[in-house]
Amino acid sequence: MATVFVDDRPYEMNAEQNLLHGCLSQGFKLPYFCWHPALGSVGACRQCAVKQYKDEHDAHGRIVMACMTPASEGARISIADPEVVAFRAGIIEGLMLNHPHDCPVCDEGGECHLQDMTVMTGHDYRRYEFDKRTFRNQNLGPLVNHEMNRCIQCYRCVRYYRDYAGGEDLNAFASRDRVFFGRHEDGVLENEFSGNLVEICPTGVFTDKTLKHHYVRKWDQQFAPSICVHCALGCNTDAGERYGSLRRIVNRYNHEVNGYFLCDRGRFGYEFVNSDKRFRQPVLRGQPTSVAAAHRYLEETIAKGRVIGIGSPRASLESNFALRSLVGADQFYSGLADQEAKLIRQMLEILRRSPVRTPTLREIEECDAVFILGEDLTNVAPRMALAVRQSVRQQPMETVKKLKIPLWLDFGVRDAMQDAKGPLYIVAPYRTRLDDVATATFHAAPDDVARLGFAVAHALDSTAPAVAGFDDSTLAGEIAGALKAAKKPLVISGTSCANEAVIRAAANVAKAANAALSFIALECNTVGAALIGESPLSAAFQAVRDGYADTVIILENDLYRRALHAEVDSMLSAAPHVIVLDHLPNRTTEKAELVLPAGTFAESDGTFVSSEGRAQRFFQIFTPQNDVSASWCWLKPDRWRDLDDVLAAMSAEFPELAAVREAAPSASFRIAGAKVPRSPHRESGRTAVLVNINVSEPKPPEDPDSPLSFSMEGTPDQPPAALIPFFWSPSWNSIQAVNTYQKEIGGPLRGGDAGVPLFEPAALNGQPYFSAIPPAFRPRGGEWLLVPMYHIFGSDELSLAAPGIAQLSPKPHVAVNSSDFAEGMEVEVTCAAGMFRLPVRIYPEIPPGVAALSAGLPSLAGIVLPAWGKIERAR
Amino acid sequence: MLSILRTIWYVFLHSFQKRVTVQYPNEKPYLAPRYRGRIILSRDPDGGERCVACNLCAVACPVDCIALQATEDEHGRRYPEFFRINFSRCIFCGYCEEACPTYAIQLTPDFEIGEFHRKNLVYEKEDLLIDGPGKYPGYNFWRIAGVKIGGKDKGEAAHESAPVDVRSLLP
Amino acid sequence: MTSPYPILSILGIVVVAMSIAAFLIWVERRLLALWQDRYGPNRVGPFGLLQVLADTIKIFMKEDWVPPFVDKPVFILAPAIVFVTVLMSFAVLPVAPGIIVSDLNIGLLFFLAMSSLGVYSVVLAGWSSNNKYALLGGLRAAAQMLSYEVFMGISLMGVVILAGSFSLPSIVDGQRRMWFVIPQFLGFVLFLIAGLAETRRIPFDLPEAESELVAGYHSEYSGMKFGMFFVGEYMGVTLISSMIAVLFFGGWLGPGLPGVVWFLIKTFFFISFFVLVRAALPRPRFDQLMSWGWKVMLPLALANLLVTGAVVLVWR
Repeated sequence: MATVFVDDRPYEMNAEQNLLHGCLSQGFKLPYFCWHPALGSVGACRQCAVKQYKDEHDAHGRIVMACMTPASEGARISIADPEVVAFRAGIIEGLMLNHPHDCPVCDEGGECHLQDMTVMTGHDYRRYEFDKRTFRNQNLGPLVNHEMNRCIQCYRCVRYYRDYAGGEDLNAFASRDRVFFGRHEDGVLENEFSGNLVEICPTGVFTDKTLKHHYVRKWDQQFAPSICVHCALGCNTDAGERYGSLRRIVNRYNHEVNGYFLCDRGRFGYEFVNSDKRFRQPVLRGQPTSVAAAHRYLEETIAKGRVIGIGSPRASLESNFALRSLVGADQFYSGLADQEAKLIRQMLEILRRSPVRTPTLREIEECDAVFILGEDLTNVAPRMALAVRQSVRQQPMETVKKLKIPLWLDFGVRDAMQDAKGPLYIVAPYRTRLDDVATATFHAAPDDVARLGFAVAHALDSTAPAVAGFDDSTLAGEIAGALKAAKKPLVISGTSCANEAVIRAAANVAKAANAALSFIALECNTVGAALIGESPLSAAFQAVRDGYADTVIILENDLYRRALHAEVDSMLSAAPHVIVLDHLPNRTTEKAELVLPAGTFAESDGTFVSSEGRAQRFFQIFTPQNDVSASWCWLKPDRWRDLDDVLAAMSAEFPELAAVREAAPSASFRIAGAKVPRSPHRESGRTAVLVNINVSEPKPPEDPDSPLSFSMEGTPDQPPAALIPFFWSPSWNSIQAVNTYQKEIGGPLRGGDAGVPLFEPAALNGQPYFSAIPPAFRPRGGEWLLVPMYHIFGSDELSLAAPGIAQLSPKPHVAVNSSDFAEGMEVEVTCAAGMFRLPVRIYPEIPPGVAALSAGLPSLAGIVLPAWGKIERAR
Repeated sequence: MLSILRTIWYVFLHSFQKRVTVQYPNEKPYLAPRYRGRIILSRDPDGGERCVACNLCAVACPVDCIALQATEDEHGRRYPEFFRINFSRCIFCGYCEEACPTYAIQLTPDFEIGEFHRKNLVYEKEDLLIDGPGKYPGYNFWRIAGVKIGGKDKGEAAHESAPVDVRSLLP
Repeated sequence: MTSPYPILSILGIVVVAMSIAAFLIWVERRLLALWQDRYGPNRVGPFGLLQVLADTIKIFMKEDWVPPFVDKPVFILAPAIVFVTVLMSFAVLPVAPGIIVSDLNIGLLFFLAMSSLGVYSVVLAGWSSNNKYALLGGLRAAAQMLSYEVFMGISLMGVVILAGSFSLPSIVDGQRRMWFVIPQFLGFVLFLIAGLAETRRIPFDLPEAESELVAGYHSEYSGMKFGMFFVGEYMGVTLISSMIAVLFFGGWLGPGLPGVVWFLIKTFFFISFFVLVRAALPRPRFDQLMSWGWKVMLPLALANLLVTGAVVLVWR
């Protein structure tokens, strides 16, 4: 801490940081553009000028850039000095010379950092009468819109895109006042994190193209704190609604989880909520029916005979638990496929015994040696890939520290680092999007991935089982050395290899290196579903086939994606009654007698457990004007009146889930007697929105389940982190208002970040080394080992119903390394699930005998991987 | 005491003064063009809808009686998909007109919009849109704005130079 | 000098008094409008005369709402009291020779007694409404009436001394030579002010001051109960105006025209004056009202009585 005098009053500021950081942390309204807490300072925009004085006798002072000046002990600065105020106003005036008269038609309007800063400096009248320079825009794909005229050349976009996210295809072109930020030609932005440009850009150059199609101003959206449903990491989001449809997702800062950034799947995958195909009322035997009739049918069917329930890894804890309570613990099945359930159970067992808590994404950023076993992070858990990309900077950062370069001085740090990268080892069946920053990669069949892991563990600790006949001991030794040398080593593994040995190998490495261990699951509540239900899908099939069950209730789960179609068909036809709760029609709902319209994350409250083991609450964003409601509302008994009752019953039944209640304040929480408003106080149209239906406008809906209100009425104060529906504070209308919600800029939110970890670290490492080492992979003549290949756009069931994501999803294909096939050739892949005609992609790094098959795409649903199959040229 | 009597006397003298009341239905008063009566949406001199669905009128409205949804035509010109004013809530304060950056929304001197049923006071876009530019004849927002729309390319707006050649590095 | 046709007189006086009161609603609105450079009601019937009828129909059609929290019997009784006491006062009013219900020899005292009883209406209305504003209004009314009644009575004693009688026809007869307003000018002014206060008209409408007390003692009243307060007030105005005419301006006495006409002309003049005062004067603060009554008016009234008495003693 350093004492800095701002306009002659002392303030405590972080001595490791710059003055801009310190001033903003203290709540000063100092305008800035090029600086960003995650990107550091470059001093490009000259907007954050302050006056610095030598000592208290110095009356003259000199103008410095706050972002480029360290907050040193005893520094004396002035923000209010007239000369520096005029300087900042002049800078804005200069930046605005070429800024077009677009605000009324600009999507950034009302949440524009440039607008905020212009108002903050007091520049309100254009004196420059000459022509404005113009640019031609590029089509950057279906997600991000480009409007270059509005650019103020702060360089944040390329700094984020290239330096932070590792993208290659966005750059600065041309020179002087004609600098252009874009691609070398029109085309989709390749980086999976391009959506963050929308929030990084201080003005409307990069805007959300999905929002543009149904544009609503920030102040008119009804927001609620939500959790991303498109992967298992549980990134915090705020989702905005207007006129009954979801309009967009913005990042909700959570210091421990997603920080300032989201992946494109999470940001743009929301449009499935608005799909025309959604179930909006109960459907009984193909005919729409009333809610009362559906309830009557549900009760009668349950009363009639034996019922089993199949839960879902994409339904909330509460919904799974409500189903479990309805059908009874022994009749509840988690809905995970057998192999996945086994892997998750193994992961949970390891985590419960681990002496180290699973690292959060922020902690992953701080790890200085990372070993990834069998995961293609960018396509499975994208936001973690971005975190790992930052972690490779940790070790070179030591050099920077030795050179006494402040860590926030971005160009200085990058000059000192050059291309140095910390250790990152990726072992996977095929190339990943992190290979460009990896120290070394090793591509092998899943069993060999596990064997390398076991070998690394043995190299680290000779008491760990050795791997007989492992011939790549040099790489294992190198990885072991890197992990041993690191201060914060990290091992990442997960379910995408669908191989238990890989997970055990990761556990061995973590134990041997005393490293943090991070497991990746596939869906938003895979961990939660596994905690509530033990029995996997095949047990449910068996129960039906044995004639045990008359009625099957399937919760938000398309079984055809998880098991062989023949098995699912036989089960569903054997069951006399099939009741399905889901959002969108799929093959399972086609077979259902009764379909209940289940609320998505936007229409329900609930809790997800992320792969980190973090329980996080999401809140209903709006009340739908139809029969859609949360699955747990459909299934709950009458004695549970609201969400808190469900949570109370759940924590009574599952002591391990008791902490879930602390994930967010209960429904009775109030700030000075008031609820937290979901809408900004400027929300408009309250007496006009519904008057075309009825001129007497209705009372806003009540929310018994949460401390949030469905209107702009409520506390003007900042709510606790788990309840922040949107970031706004006076003079900060853009998302950068998050600055005012943090204790210190870039640090935790006031009152602590949202979410509670469910797995406390064990006192001792009670996990013995796993010793079952699989034999080395041997290609079978004529048969291929088919392993899953996940796609960020496409493998996720729900986001695929969003048009933008669907447009970017690849065509299903099979990747092999064989001279028998040529790129693009049509082949027939035959496996237990049937025969599929697919184009071939040649991946030279894939080991012989292994083929990677697109996973999760609708046309390839029902293939249980890994599996052995034949690949032949199509006739 | 005397002042009280004087007051009474002065008030009494008003018996002989002209009355200011206008006998409304029999005689129509003169209303200035800036009188704040029925709200209309105007068109620009080229006949296009002026409203760009920026939502500023809606947010300025103290009784929240304006609701609209933005949409775009195929060339990028933004306009309201629907535009609804609930005149049964409107207080004719004119803030919407002041907030409007395109002169689209204007208040007119017509105040005779009484209805027997409140629902008839809900005006949709087709009820609001007129054929002319209203009080501000010359203005066309799209000629000033930098975005490209049908019939106006980049660099063709007022005070704009031709689009930059980004492949040139000449000083 | 009691009327030969008592029933006829009673009916006549009741009907005329009530019609005049009703008519006054229109008169007051037109006059206020005149002095405020407006027109007032001029749409219903010729000159808007049927406005009264329209208002009457309206007020009879309105829901007669008795709030659940009020003291019901008292609440209903209160508006009747004002009506009854004012009408009783009309009984001793000599309109013209022979047109009087009852020529009491203590007519003036009867009038004073009735007007004192009238205050019960307001106090009880305020009390029974169970509403703080109504109660405050009632309390104000009680204090105000009490204070202004004292010198009201005393201010009239000069007239009684001059006429040598409490009987109103005798007092009128005593003015054949000279209206009492001339010897008793101070008494006239005091009575005028006290009369204004007695009818709770602006500037003495503190019991119902709408800017402070919603509507004071009649906040909770609606429909015809409210209407009775309303009509009672106008009858009060009529009564005080006629009393002024009778006591100080020679009642029916006048050249040429019939006595009734003279009486009506004089009464109407003072009614108009009441309206003019309403149009011109603001409401005083309550403490100003009280100190005005006790510290200025009462001593003046006493002095007036003393001087009158002395002069009469010396004169005779």
